[in-house]
Amino acid sequence: MTSPLQQKLKITGPVVVTANRLRDGAVIYRATDGRWTTDLASASVATSEPAARELLAAALADRLKVVDPYVAPVRLTDEQHVLPGNLREQIRSRGPTVALPGENAI
Amino acid sequence: MYVYDDFDRTLVAERVREFRDQVDRRLSGELTEDEFKPLRLMNGVYLQLHAYMLRIAIPYGTLSSEQLRTLAHVARRYDKNYGHFTTRQNIQFNWIKLEELPDAMADLARAGLHGMQTSGNCVRNITTDQWAGVAPDEIEDARIWAELLRQHLTLHPEFSFLPRKFKIALTASAHDRAAVKVHDIGLRMHTNGAGETGFEVMVGGGLGRTPFIAKTIKPFLPKRDLLSYVEAILRTYNQYGRRDNIYKARIKILVHELGAEKFAREVEEEWQSIKDGALALDASAVNDIAARFRYPDYDELLDGPPELGKALAEDKRFRAWVDNSVANHKVAGRAIVTLSLKPVGGPPGDATAEQMDAIADLADRYSYGEIRVGHEQNLVLPHVAQRDLPALWRALDAIGVATPNVSLISDIIACPGLDYCSLANARSIPVAEEITRRFKDLDLARSLGRLHINISGCINACGHHHVGHIGILGVEKNGEEYYQVTIGGRAGEDAELGKLLGPAVPYATSPTWSRI
Amino acid sequence: MLLVKAGRVVEDRFLRVLDDAPVPDGVPAIVPAARLLADARDLALRAAPTGVIWPNDRRIAELAPYLDWLALVALVFPTFKDGRAYSQARLLRERHEFRGELRATGQVLRDQLLFLQRAGFDTFEVTKEADAAKFAEAVQRYSVFYQPTSDGRPSARRARAARGVAPPLVPGTREVVR
Repeated sequence: MTSPLQQKLKITGPVVVTANRLRDGAVIYRATDGRWTTDLASASVATSEPAARELLAAALADRLKVVDPYVAPVRLTDEQHVLPGNLREQIRSRGPTVALPGENAI
Repeated sequence: MYVYDDFDRTLVAERVREFRDQVDRRLSGELTEDEFKPLRLMNGVYLQLHAYMLRIAIPYGTLSSEQLRTLAHVARRYDKNYGHFTTRQNIQFNWIKLEELPDAMADLARAGLHGMQTSGNCVRNITTDQWAGVAPDEIEDARIWAELLRQHLTLHPEFSFLPRKFKIALTASAHDRAAVKVHDIGLRMHTNGAGETGFEVMVGGGLGRTPFIAKTIKPFLPKRDLLSYVEAILRTYNQYGRRDNIYKARIKILVHELGAEKFAREVEEEWQSIKDGALALDASAVNDIAARFRYPDYDELLDGPPELGKALAEDKRFRAWVDNSVANHKVAGRAIVTLSLKPVGGPPGDATAEQMDAIADLADRYSYGEIRVGHEQNLVLPHVAQRDLPALWRALDAIGVATPNVSLISDIIACPGLDYCSLANARSIPVAEEITRRFKDLDLARSLGRLHINISGCINACGHHHVGHIGILGVEKNGEEYYQVTIGGRAGEDAELGKLLGPAVPYATSPTWSRI
Repeated sequence: MLLVKAGRVVEDRFLRVLDDAPVPDGVPAIVPAARLLADARDLALRAAPTGVIWPNDRRIAELAPYLDWLALVALVFPTFKDGRAYSQARLLRERHEFRGELRATGQVLRDQLLFLQRAGFDTFEVTKEADAAKFAEAVQRYSVFYQPTSDGRPSARRARAARGVAPPLVPGTREVVR
């Protein structure tokens, strides 16, 4: 999972724009109303390069709230639910794939 | 251990105030991310996959119990109740909020803790042997020299914007437990033919994309010249290190491209001009620092007390633990105890806030309030009386830090990997956990003997995979996680880089590894 | 960009002559390195002060022969992250004992001002006006400095020696005298 920030914008499927929230580093997604959400399911999905560029440009303009927005792949289920498009995005969306220390009894 | 005086404390407090101002200016938009990023990195603040990560310096791996309790407090108050000890003797918190960082740093500062220079293109935490001061085979306590260097290189106006990060390590034993040969500057204390103690100075070691073993440029440097010589190396690097390509910016590349001899001559020329100046270390300069090192006033004890013998005879589990995790101490009647932070099926190198508090209490009771952090991501209680070992073991066992797997196959050194780190290509923690599960049978682990597995989730090699007996490097192939395996690496005085063993294997075939 | 000298925003009395145009008489002027090296003899004879912009990838040793008559050396930070000019500044002040104006140019931001001053710079082409206004505050952020430099601030070592008081003993430990 090479850092997406170094990738050229190449849309081969549905994408969202994601970033980290400046004040607490939380993973956020650009939503349809121009706001940001921590819930991938509510993210605005772009399916063409122009749409993705527009979404990214709007995100980049929001310098006060977000850090390093970029375009990330997603998968759409048959019911058009939005799921992460690769392992890195899955981990960003759902957290580490391992239990945090103390979560399993010693 | 070193005790801060009010100069040291004031500096840290001033740093906290400065950082608070910088955070405010970032949150208000006065500073762009581009302007802020190097500033936050110089305070050990990374932006990772899920949140900010704060890396706190534990200078040469030495902590007081008060400091460990403060780390537990930070874990509870600002994070998710645990911390991760790193391969450079630091601790990382993975869930920190930027807006809370100044408060967290103020809390840390009260215990003399900080994140200064744990990241960024400056001199990072100076590391040494986690047994410094108590190791039977050391010439002297290297930490005094580490502290002299640490102070000199903290907020150094000339060296805060180097071409790239800079890592220094010291050892004072023939058996190098600090991996000095894979550091930008490695310093090996030794005695010359005339009976004087000084430093072998090695430069240009490092792992990552282009790993190198360090080259000796000064076989014997007198103690007096330590600061001025390091200054000359840094000045040479600051001026001539490459700045055009971040993958070629470490000093190891400069040493490689110039050749060690030419590099040594450049340093020597610069050094000749400064060696007799303000940086020359006379006795008063050394005493200034050494005077603030406190050593325990040990009760006089004998080796092999009856309590110990009895417990060894009666309890097989206790015996297994002593055989594995307890090492000889330079002082009779004492022992060096390693606390394994590598539980079966758990993430390597982590401790919960509860464990930290408990260990701090045990340190007060059994180790004169002192704890060490090793680059193998385990903890050490350095001042334990042998007669206290049975009671200590029961307490450590109860909090899950007495797995007798130190230096065995399940004592894995791993970076956080793709579960946390934005630089990673693949995960490392689940790989480590799976290996520990497969080798949880201690008889099997013991029969394999001393074996270091190092796992890195990307080429940056924070898991030091190049110098593992078995090294595992996570890479990405077609969006999938794959792992390259190397063997034959060594980290100590006979440092060597591992050799690649066949093509990379995908994550799903992790069972294959148990056959190695 | 504002020029800060002695803690205050000032007018720049130096004229930058960056091309081959003749350097006007009677006017303090700054020329690039190549011009200095080519016209050193003539420039040295000027009555008005002369300065040079020295790039951060050339050795100070090359500049050394001209330091006894140069009034100003401007060093360059192409980005604030490129720290080569800090070494150049220290060499100028501490090795070559340059006493003229040492000016920081390029990307010069608030959070580097104290480092710059410690390294020997005494004038600053501060990139942002807001930072220029906060100069005094920026260079007073710290009162403790571990390293001796040419800026005159005592190092912690000297301050401790001046104090001469031994730190208090922690109970249960003994002081080791080496």
